[in-house]
Amino acid sequence: MSLAKRIIPCLDVKDGETVKGTNFVNLRSAGDPVALGKAYSEQGADELCFLDITASFEGRKTFTDMVTRVAQEINIPFTVGGGINELADVERLLYAGADKVSVNSAAIRRPELIDEITNRFGSQVCVCAIDARFDADGWHCYLKGGRERTERGLFEWAHEAQERGAGEILFTSMDHDGVKEGYANEALRELADNLSIPIIASGGAGKKEHFRDTFTEGHADAALAASVFHFGEIPIPELKQYLRDEGINVRI
Amino acid sequence: MNVAIVKYNAGNIYSVVNALKRLGIEPTLTDDAELLKKADKVLFPGQGHAGEAMDYLKARKLDLLIRDLKQPVFGICVGQQLLCKHSEEGDTDCIGIFDAEVKRFQPQRHEDKVPCMGWNQLYNIKSPLYKGLNNGDFVYFVHSFYVPLCAETIATADYILPYSASMHKDNFYTCQFHPEKSGKVGEQILKNFLDI
Repeated sequence: MSLAKRIIPCLDVKDGETVKGTNFVNLRSAGDPVALGKAYSEQGADELCFLDITASFEGRKTFTDMVTRVAQEINIPFTVGGGINELADVERLLYAGADKVSVNSAAIRRPELIDEITNRFGSQVCVCAIDARFDADGWHCYLKGGRERTERGLFEWAHEAQERGAGEILFTSMDHDGVKEGYANEALRELADNLSIPIIASGGAGKKEHFRDTFTEGHADAALAASVFHFGEIPIPELKQYLRDEGINVRI
Repeated sequence: MNVAIVKYNAGNIYSVVNALKRLGIEPTLTDDAELLKKADKVLFPGQGHAGEAMDYLKARKLDLLIRDLKQPVFGICVGQQLLCKHSEEGDTDCIGIFDAEVKRFQPQRHEDKVPCMGWNQLYNIKSPLYKGLNNGDFVYFVHSFYVPLCAETIATADYILPYSASMHKDNFYTCQFHPEKSGKVGEQILKNFLDI
């Protein structure tokens, strides 16, 4: 038997409020993260992901307080990310009650961060988030929410992250994010078939079929989405029933 | 009800504290022998390395104390493993309530990822611990080591091979999964334990 495919609502949090952009700009407010998280948990979300998109010191403190409140109220696993630069950030968030942390830019700049996190807390807490775009010369990793191109290729960086101990890869295709025309299934499949750690698909969900396809064609272990959930376009119970009817192993 | 949680060096115990608080219980987090002995119920959660956990427990004689507890005790995740006789993790002698050997998962196919992390189904459930629940209900697992099926198994899970998701012997109950992270099903299991 294999594990159930996971559905993960992602909440971008800025100054304690949930937001979600289209192609990483034009942020729209979508509510209180704790209330939303609780609602998702009750609807059958398998996990929650909270990304802090505030950069300031004050914002980080607000975010940590939010993590504490989420941990008190929510009985499913949750991942937090955004602004994690060093082990002290990871400690702060895990002690506040997060189950996993997702690292992104800081890990590309200093890959040893992944070793440090996993040596201290185990692989299961470390999600390596990768934002990538398909450029003329292939898939490239980007930093700062997509504003800065790096010379790292998606596949080689994902492989290195695995070798350093990352427990999961959260891959966001910037070409697909916010467009709602489906996930980057070809790239996802290449990741899933070549790595031995779970792959979370992110960016591109617009219809229920997109979730099915990322599991069947993209071989993803989990699918993450934001706006289709926040604005009620795809209710989670309906999505899961659909996936089950399509023969996909989901938790209902 | 007086509920105590064994305080030691094994990971995220606060999620268990939060789960009990949601059920209206204010647990005592302690490594004090007297407080543990007089509690109505004792939870023994855990994450992390079995060897390091046993070293810590032995140094404080908590291993003997736990072994001799008479009230209902609930070992969760590494807590379940530590209640067995021996673990392959660090070749560790454990507390020994259950005459079982904790083994490491050996992946057989590409899909067999270790640690096993995610939602899986319970089968062959048989215990007041699972009152009101059904075979096929999903719970959340995070582990690299497992307890094989044995006479004390009260729920099974199948990942790479069928194994003990949960066990019971005398006043000791265990589960390999995390009830505190398993949604409504997990909440019911915690409630059922408190009702034993």
